[in-house]
Amino acid sequence: MSYERGIISTADRQRGLVRYGLPTIQVLIFIGVLIAGVGPLLWLLKSGVSTSQDILRGPMQLWPSGIQLKNIPDAWNRVQIGAYLGNTAFIAIGSMISTLFVCTTGAFVLSILRPKWGPVVTGAVLATLFLPGVISLVPLYMPVLKMPVLGISLQNTFWAVWLPQAAGAFNVLVMKRYFDSIPRELIEAARIDGASNLRLFTSLILPLSKPIVGVVALLTVIGSWKDYLWPLLVLPDPRLQPISVALPRVAKTTEISLQMSALFLAVLIPVVLFLLFQKQFLRGVGMAGGIKE
Amino acid sequence: MFQQRTQKSGRSVATWYRSGGLSAVFFALPLVLIFLYFSWGPIVRGLVLSFQKNNLVAPPEWVGMSNFSYVLTDPQLPQAALNTLYFCLLALVFGFPVPLFLAVFISELRKTGWLYNVLSYLPAVVPPVAAILLWTFFYDPSGAGVFNSILGWFGLGPFAWLNSQTLAMPAIVLEATWAGAGATSIIYLAALTGVRTELYEAAELDGAGIWSRVWHVTLPQIRGIILIMMLLQLIGTFQVFTEPFLFTGGGPNNATTTILLLIYRYAFINGDFGAATALSVLLAGVLCVLSVVYHFVTRRWSTT
Repeated sequence: MSYERGIISTADRQRGLVRYGLPTIQVLIFIGVLIAGVGPLLWLLKSGVSTSQDILRGPMQLWPSGIQLKNIPDAWNRVQIGAYLGNTAFIAIGSMISTLFVCTTGAFVLSILRPKWGPVVTGAVLATLFLPGVISLVPLYMPVLKMPVLGISLQNTFWAVWLPQAAGAFNVLVMKRYFDSIPRELIEAARIDGASNLRLFTSLILPLSKPIVGVVALLTVIGSWKDYLWPLLVLPDPRLQPISVALPRVAKTTEISLQMSALFLAVLIPVVLFLLFQKQFLRGVGMAGGIKE
Repeated sequence: MFQQRTQKSGRSVATWYRSGGLSAVFFALPLVLIFLYFSWGPIVRGLVLSFQKNNLVAPPEWVGMSNFSYVLTDPQLPQAALNTLYFCLLALVFGFPVPLFLAVFISELRKTGWLYNVLSYLPAVVPPVAAILLWTFFYDPSGAGVFNSILGWFGLGPFAWLNSQTLAMPAIVLEATWAGAGATSIIYLAALTGVRTELYEAAELDGAGIWSRVWHVTLPQIRGIILIMMLLQLIGTFQVFTEPFLFTGGGPNNATTTILLLIYRYAFINGDFGAATALSVLLAGVLCVLSVVYHFVTRRWSTT
């Protein structure tokens, strides 16, 4: 099996400096990423089953007063990590659905149907891409308190997180660009076969754009997973809060040992999910980078 | 004449309807409504709000430029602006090269690259807030803190970390770099797969060493993505909030108060939404100018 060559060639690998230097660098960097990637998680695992005193007095010692396995169920029950993680997942999935709905239908109009007023909408969407998010942070809060025209308040409902997420110009434009690349002949053929717009959308365009739908879905989930400030503002009700908002609040009132077990549980589930799906995940994130270009 | 015209417009409505005009409107409805409520509306409202006195309770009142003059004369602003610039600079100097180096290195490994990838991506999987809480604990200023006891083995410290005015910001950047490097390096890696390997062959025949191959072939080949990631990082770091908010709340002695933290305080602590939006508009303006300047400065390099 022949590999495509990289920066370092086979001839280079014969030279003494490279021959011994390269493995050394490899090992050093491996230790580096190992400490950075796994170190904090292992420490968290250790501290999650330690007493508060051990964590405070000797954070680098291995269980001077024994392993406290009961911390884990305690954290699950008393801190309700499970409920918060559930909220996080619910928020992420809802954001993903609303984003996909808005950007696929929108891109379908702007790219495939191309009504006369299409370019105006495209321009208006494009314009928001150049404005940094900070400009609408505060005024975005106001339609959530009281929706104009409808007069309802979205505060303390998941809609307050789901709907603003969907107003992402980047997703719409990426989707539109992908739809633009679908050959027009396919669309014309479907039209001649008498496909309605809805049918064209669900049976031709969506199945053809699975890869980009996957990438947008992944990016939305990651984005909502990391979001902190917005859910903090619009979900003051503790029962609805995602884990990111709940943890700092809980941390102020619980003892350090439970806090560490709670953190451990909050970290464990995403890490396990990531390790299970790492291939698909890393490929998706890498593709997303290509789109930015 | 009149009848003819109605007939004509009637027919055009009918053809418009038959050619799917109405369903196009239906398809566009979600996008237009969502953007009206949560994008276009708030942007216009933000501009309006910055000229108003508004605390969401009393009816709004036009106050002209006084929000802007209030914000610009706030003694906290120069400090916050400097802190934000300092954060950007540190993130650029330390946070920017790490993922790039990692990506170039990993792309050279054929068999074990995925392992480095997974390990370096792990921090990005940890919920950012959980990571910050964990690192707050690592930065414990007492001699028994995690970092202090590790450094203590080498006879260093103890350092005050987040409690020290000089160390707080670098400490925050260190955590941000740890959390972000893996995700960025994946993006560079994807770009690196597109580098044409014949160029290495040619460079090697011309006698270029390994480092000069990296410098003159690899990096120029992925220049486009490097420039974009740098701009995105700049825009992102200018709007940094979560890390300083949760790590230090802006302290000690305002050493980590950033612009966004100031906006948050204006709006959600003082209830002065006018001042908050005025500062947001100013920051957005600065970022727009920055992007345009960046575009023109880097255009020369990216098109060659």
